[in-house]
Order: sequence, then C-alpha cells, then structure tokens
Amino acid sequence: MARALLLLLLAALPALAEGLGLGRELAPEEVQAYDVTPIVLPDGRGLPEGEGDYAAGFEVYAFECASCHGPNGEGAPFDRLVAAEPFSTELPPHRFAIGNYWPYATTLFDYIYRAMPFQEPHKLEPDEVYALVAFLLVENGIVPEDFVASRETLPKVRMPARKRLRLDPLTRKLYPWIELP
Amino acid sequence: MDRRSFLKTLAAALAVGNARVVAVEFDPFPPAPRLGKPLSPVGERSRFEAHVQRYISPNLPSRHTGAAFAPISELDGIIHPNGLHFERDHAGVPEIDPKKWRLVIHGLVERPLIFDLETLMRMPTESRIYFIECAGNGQNGYREPPEPTLTATRSRGLVSGAEWTGVPLRILLEEAGLKPEARWVLAEGADASAWVRSIPIDKALADVLVAFRQNGEALRPENGYPVRLVVPGWEGSIQVKWLRRLLVADQPAMSRGETSEYTDVRPDGTVDAFTWVMEPQSIITRPSGGQRIAPGFHEIRGLAWSGFGKIRAVEVSTDGGKTWQEARLSEPVLDRALTRFTLPWRWEGQETVILSRAVDEAGNVQPTREEFFRRWARNNRYHYNGIQAWRIRADGRVENGDPPLAGGPVPPLRAGGCGGEVLDG
Repeated sequence: MARALLLLLLAALPALAEGLGLGRELAPEEVQAYDVTPIVLPDGRGLPEGEGDYAAGFEVYAFECASCHGPNGEGAPFDRLVAAEPFSTELPPHRFAIGNYWPYATTLFDYIYRAMPFQEPHKLEPDEVYALVAFLLVENGIVPEDFVASRETLPKVRMPARKRLRLDPLTRKLYPWIELP
Repeated sequence: MDRRSFLKTLAAALAVGNARVVAVEFDPFPPAPRLGKPLSPVGERSRFEAHVQRYISPNLPSRHTGAAFAPISELDGIIHPNGLHFERDHAGVPEIDPKKWRLVIHGLVERPLIFDLETLMRMPTESRIYFIECAGNGQNGYREPPEPTLTATRSRGLVSGAEWTGVPLRILLEEAGLKPEARWVLAEGADASAWVRSIPIDKALADVLVAFRQNGEALRPENGYPVRLVVPGWEGSIQVKWLRRLLVADQPAMSRGETSEYTDVRPDGTVDAFTWVMEPQSIITRPSGGQRIAPGFHEIRGLAWSGFGKIRAVEVSTDGGKTWQEARLSEPVLDRALTRFTLPWRWEGQETVILSRAVDEAGNVQPTREEFFRRWARNNRYHYNGIQAWRIRADGRVENGDPPLAGGPVPPLRAGGCGGEVLDG
C-alpha cells in the first residue's frame, strides 16, 4: 500500500513540476489586443501616444463632464474636481479634490480613460483624455496654462497632495519592501 | 381569529385546578387543512420575510455607485444568504456571459496566459469561510453628533460572511511563471469602471482566491459573477469583482481606488495609502437600534470579526461600560470570518446602555469612539471600528447610544461615503 502510494506520488511529481498545463499561452499581439483599458503606472508606463492641452480640454469638459462635476469642476451631484482650498483635517470630505487630495497625475489619465464618462466609458480618445487632464491640472493651479499633457509630461508633474501621502505603518511592518512611487 | 379558534374560559382554567391560568384566546395553529405547494425548482423566501432586504440609503446620488447594506439587524449566523450579501459597485453591475468570460495573466511572467471559465474550474480549488467588509463600513461613526435612529444594519452592515470556493491565485501565478522582478499583481474588473487595485506579491501568493462559488453556487452578479478575487481580511474594494485580468508588475498602479479613494487621513493631516487590513469589529445586533424590547430575559446577540485572524474574545457591558462580561463565542470561530457571540441577560426595565468590544488573536482591541479619533482624523472616511453603543430607554426602545465627541461637530459632511449615509446639514 505504502509502496503503491509512493509510486503514485512519483508518477505525479513530473506533472506538478511542469505545472498543470492549463490556460493557453498568448502571443504579444494578443495581449496587446486584450489591453483595451491600459493600466497606467506612476512612471508613465501604460500611457498611450497622444497629447492634449487646456483649450481642447475645456471643450471636452463642457461637453462630457460638466453636467456631473459642475461647470467649473466644483462638484455636485458628483465628485468635486477642482480644489477650492488646501487640504486640512478641517476640510469636509466632499471638498477633497484633485488639487488637494490626488497624489499622482498619472492616475487622472488612468481613471478617466478607463471609467469616464460614467454613463458611457471607453468612448474618449487618448488625445481627448490628455486634454482633459491638462484642463484639470491647470484649473487646479498645478501646471501653467500652456501645459501639454502627454506620455512624457504626466509622470513629471508633482502633485501637491503627494507630500502628505505615506505608507500605512501597519503595511510597512507587514511588507517592509514597499515604497510609494 | 377564525372559527376554528376557541376560547379558554376562566371556568375551564379553574376546572384543571390552576388558578394562575387566566382567560386567553389563542389560535391552536393546526396543521395545514389542505395540500400545500408542489415541489419547486428554486426555493424562495417565505413571503412573510420579504421585508428582510439590503438597506440602500435614500441619500445616494446614484444607485450605480454606492453600497447596499446587509440587513444584519435581522440576520443571525456567520454565513449570509447570497441575495443579502452586502454590495458595493463603482459603476453598476455588468452582465457577463460566462461563455465569453476570459482571464488574462500578463506582465512580468514567463508565459502570458488566457483562461476561460471551464479551464479555470478544472484547476485545484479551496473553499474557505471569510468575511468581506467594505472599508467604508462604520462610516456613520463619522457623524457628529451621532444620529439617534441608527440601526445595526446602517452602523455595520457593509460586511458579510460566505463560503468562497476558487483557485488559489498562487497556482495561477505559478502556471504563468513569475519573473524575479515581479512585486505586484494589478487586478482589473470587467465592470464599466474597469476597477483596478494593486496587491503585493506576498499576499497574492499567500491566501488570495480566484473565486467562482459563493456558498456553493455561482457568485451573484452583484458580487462579481462569474469570477472575483477574495483577499482574506483586507478591505472589500481590493477584492476585485468581475475579474478580467491580472497584470504582474514591479510597481503598484496608484489607481483612483488606492489614492483619491480608500486612503485614510491621520490627525496630523498625513494621508495613509494601502490601509488594507480590516481592524477588529463587533456589533450587537439584538437588541439594537430601532428595535423595542420588553422587560425580562433576552439573549444579547451579535457579530465580531477581524482581518488579523480569529476573534479571541468579545466583551459585553450592560451598564454603559462600568463592568464588562465575556460573551460566549459560538463555534465555529474561524480565521478572518464572522463570529457570533451571545450573552444571556435580564432587563429589569431601567434605562441603560449596552456595548460590545472585540479582541482578536493578535491582541488588537476594538477602540472606543474617543480612542478611534485619536488615531484617525475627524474628516477621514474609512475603517471606522469604534465600539457601537445602544441606549435602551425605559419604554424598551433601542437607540444609538454613541457618546458625542469632545470638541463638538466635525466639518459639515455632505451626502457621501459609499453607503450614502454620511449626510448632515
């Protein structure tokens, strides 16, 4: 019995060592085709080609965003986008916005491209999203009005909220290797 | 009272020689007089239980992003019925045809892989009972002054317990072969917001499940049908529903759900990222806010849980916190699962406040409201786990008994929070 078990085990070992052999391997172009909502990293990886500026963003914003976020990004019925004041612990959460709470400019592109407009996401072209990001960064007083958002410029934008962001102390204890980008 | 009912008279009571029996009318509750309903292919709740529903706040600006609370005031047990499991969506519930569902693993792997549902279900599985809790659970605790009409459901109902069955994520990652630089697994959902969260590789290899069964049946659409991540003990928003891909990377995404949302404000104004582990919680569900009790015997009942492991103890006070007794924990007491506690109690009819506090196996103790706000800012939005107090009025009505905070009202909070419950002014 024991010997039979051992034999069975030995027979099974090579199969396990090679993995289960389940799942189909994808060619790089197949992966690319699946990547319809690219995940953007803070260093800019994942950002598509394209660019956009404030003037173009103003138009897209008025057409696609203002009905939910207010004509000037002041929020209502949905999230406030343009910060009216700096962050403090006295600031009510509905006044958290890009200028006082969002720590990475790359997140703006990532989120708008994957999730906005709320009713009909994935309809905006990369140029339109870059333009919106430029518009929102200018409105929040983070970049000058002639800023052009692109794969090259977004990772370099320093957001005011980044200096307050830190790793949760418990998480640091559990995973000492983690560093915030 | 129908004609089959009958009246017991005082004379009849006297006839059996028991002077304490008084005249009462009662329905003898006879067996059914006629044939009942036939076999049914899918069971439904009794129509008399139809009122037991998830609570959806009338204050939500949209029902496509927000949370519905599990009705914990009206449930007992560590497993929630699938239709009543709490729900949190960020862009509605997608309808996914299981034949079209695919999962892609790519990035820092030796072999990018694609799985269909049939292939995923052939792989080795595990079944575990875990709680899932929204980071916004307890958000009503941020209200100041506390709202008198709060119920247990609205206080802590963004948590549920279920048995989840799925493939350990480790097996899928090993199948694809991790490259040495792999540090993060970025999971993406197939909902309209293509929800993305970053999970450190240690956790991904430790105990994360790629789940396709909830209490034995297929997941409910609102809980991720056909496949979701279950990330034991961590905030619900990282347990990506409607999973469509896993990108293995050397950096986290710093997605919206881990930067502008689901980050936590400290009293010194710094903001903590990656507040993943859910701290110990407990709540008395009976008697609780909105209920009314009569003098005499009651079993105090509630739930406790912690993202750090098993619940070690739940202490209950029936005198406003002057004295505490250890409640009985109902077996099974499981790692990172809901745990029931009970305490027999006799209410004599005087006004009092009852409280519960959880202690987990790591030694973490559920904080009081005051203690909580020494750790987190008053304008923080998540992870509220302060002790919930219930005040029992002399007439038996149960209300929110949370003490107001020293320092008075917080900045006015407008409709917000995932549950839409934080609303003032």
